[in-house]
Amino acid sequence: MSQKHLQTKAKSLNSISSKTSILSEQEVLNIRQDFPVLSQSINGNPLVFLDNAASSQMPRQVIERIQKYRETDHANVHRGVHTLSQRATDDYEKAREKVQKFINARHSEEIIWTSGTTNGINLVAASLAGDYIKEGDEIIISEMEHHSNIVSWQIHCVSRGTKLKILPVDDNGELEIEKLDELITERTKLISLIHISNVLGTINPVKEVIAKAHQHNIPVLIDGAQGSAHGPVDVQDLDCDFYVFSGHKIYGPTGIGVLYGKKEWLEKMNPVSGGGDMIQTVSFEGSTWNELPYKFEAGTPNMDGAIGLGAAIDYATNIGMSTISAYEDTLLKAATEAIDEIPGVDILGRAKNKSSIISFTMGDIHPHDVGTILDYEGVAVRAGHHCAQPLMDRYQIPATTRASFAVYNTFEEIEKLAAGIRKVKEIL
Amino acid sequence: MSLTDSIYNEQITYHSKTPRNFKVMDDADMVVKGNNPLCGDSYEFYIKVDENNTIQEITFTGKGCAISKASASMMTKLAKGKKADEIETLFKEFQAMSTGKLDIETQEHHLGNLTVFKGVKDFPVRIKCATLPWHTLNSAMKGKEEASTE
Repeated sequence: MSQKHLQTKAKSLNSISSKTSILSEQEVLNIRQDFPVLSQSINGNPLVFLDNAASSQMPRQVIERIQKYRETDHANVHRGVHTLSQRATDDYEKAREKVQKFINARHSEEIIWTSGTTNGINLVAASLAGDYIKEGDEIIISEMEHHSNIVSWQIHCVSRGTKLKILPVDDNGELEIEKLDELITERTKLISLIHISNVLGTINPVKEVIAKAHQHNIPVLIDGAQGSAHGPVDVQDLDCDFYVFSGHKIYGPTGIGVLYGKKEWLEKMNPVSGGGDMIQTVSFEGSTWNELPYKFEAGTPNMDGAIGLGAAIDYATNIGMSTISAYEDTLLKAATEAIDEIPGVDILGRAKNKSSIISFTMGDIHPHDVGTILDYEGVAVRAGHHCAQPLMDRYQIPATTRASFAVYNTFEEIEKLAAGIRKVKEIL
Repeated sequence: MSLTDSIYNEQITYHSKTPRNFKVMDDADMVVKGNNPLCGDSYEFYIKVDENNTIQEITFTGKGCAISKASASMMTKLAKGKKADEIETLFKEFQAMSTGKLDIETQEHHLGNLTVFKGVKDFPVRIKCATLPWHTLNSAMKGKEEASTE
C-alpha cells in the first residue's frame, strides 16, 4: 500500500474515530490488507484468526518500522556519542512518549518498559516491600485473575509473609463488588485487579474499585493485558496507581510491555534488577540509582520491541481506540447471537459490560477436540484453561474454547466460526 | 484426508462416545492416575493382576478429550491378559506410531486395531492425548503410582 494511500486512510479513519462510529465493511477489508499473516490458507481454508486475546497479529506498518530500525538506526541506547546511538535513543524515547499519550499518563518517566504484563506485575510485587508491606499485611485480587496476577502475589506471600484475599465472581462472570468492603481491612496494602477478563470478557468496574480503595488509601494495580487492546485507557481518569500491559496484544511485537506507575509510587519503590542504565554511580562501597524511569530498566533494553510497540500504538490510534471498541462490540454481539443459536453450546460469561472475548463449552465435548476440528476448518481459537485455573474451578469446568476478536475480524468469519462449531457437533 | 478419516475416524469417535470398561473397580489391586494438567485430561485406571503380574481386569473412569478417552477404552480391551513386559512393548510401539517413528505398513508391530490412531502423528499437539493412557498403564505396571505426559 502506498504511503499516500496510508495517509489518506489514516485521515479518514481519524475522522471516524472522532465520531466513534462503526467501521464499514470496506474499511475493515482495508485494515485486513495491512496484516500479511491473514492472507493465507490453513488446511485449504482461509485463515480465520480468533485467538487475539492470546496474541494479536502485527500490521505491515509495525513490521516495517522494526525492519527500518534494524536496517538503519540500531545501536545501544543512552550510551554512545555516535549518530546511530543518538538515533536509537531518540526513537526509543519517542516510543515511550507515544505510550504516555496512549494511556494519558501525566509524565513520560511514569512509563517503564518491561517484557510484558507478567513482568510488570512481578516487578511491582518484587519492589513493593520494606517499609510499605510487612508480614501479615494483605493483598486483594479477584477470582477471575490470570495466573500472572495470582502467582506473583503468592510468591510475595511466601517471601514477605503477606496474605492473599480473593474477591469472588458471580454466575454471570461479574465481580461481586459489594463484597469488597468485607475484604478491605486496615492491613490491606494493595488491590490488584484484571481490567478485562481474558476468559469471560468481563469489563470490570475498575474506576469504582479504585475510588473505593483510595478512600482507604490503598493503591490499585490494574492488569491491562486485554484492557489496553480493546478500548481507550486513561490512567489519570481511572486514577489507578499502576497499569500494566503487553505490546503483542495490541498489534505490536512480543517481548515488550509497559508498567505505568504514579511517580510518587515509583519514586518510593526500590529497583528489582541491577545493572547498566539503572545506576547513577557505582563503587564497591555502594551505588546510587538512576532517576525514573531508568531506575527500573537495567541492562540493554528491548529497543526493537519498544519502537515496534510505538508503531503499533500509532496504528491503533490512527483507527481510534473508541472505533476499535465500537466495532468489536458489533462482532461480539453477532458472535454471541450466532453461538447462542447452536443447541448444546453454552457461553461462559454474560457480563453486562463485556469485551469481544467469548468462552464457551459444548457439554462433554472437550475444548481440545473443538480446537482441533475448528483448526481443520481454518479457524484458530484457544482451547484450555487460559491461565486461569481458579476461575475454571469456580465454574467447575476443566477448560473452555475461546474465540477472541480483533479489529480485522469480520462478520463472515463469525459465520465460519459458527459453521465450524456445527461441524464439531457432527463429528463428535 | 478428512478429519473423519484420520483422528476422528469411526472407531475413535465410537469409543469416545461409548467407552468400554468405563467404571470403578472396587477390588482393584492398583488404582493409578493419569493426568495431563495442561488439557485437564484426568483418568483413573483400576487394575487387577494375578500372581504372575498378568492383567486380569482393567477399567477406567475420568474426563478428557475424545482422543484420550478412545485410547483409554481401546487400551483396556487390549491389555487384558498381558504382562508388564508386553504392556511396555505395546506402549513403545504405540508411542512410536503416534510420533511417526513406526511405519505400521512396513514395520513389524503388535498394535492390532490400535492402528486406528495412526493419524495422530499428523497432529503434534494431540499426541500426548493418545499416549496418556499408555504412559499411565506402563508406569503402573512398572510400579509407579502416577503418570503425566507433561
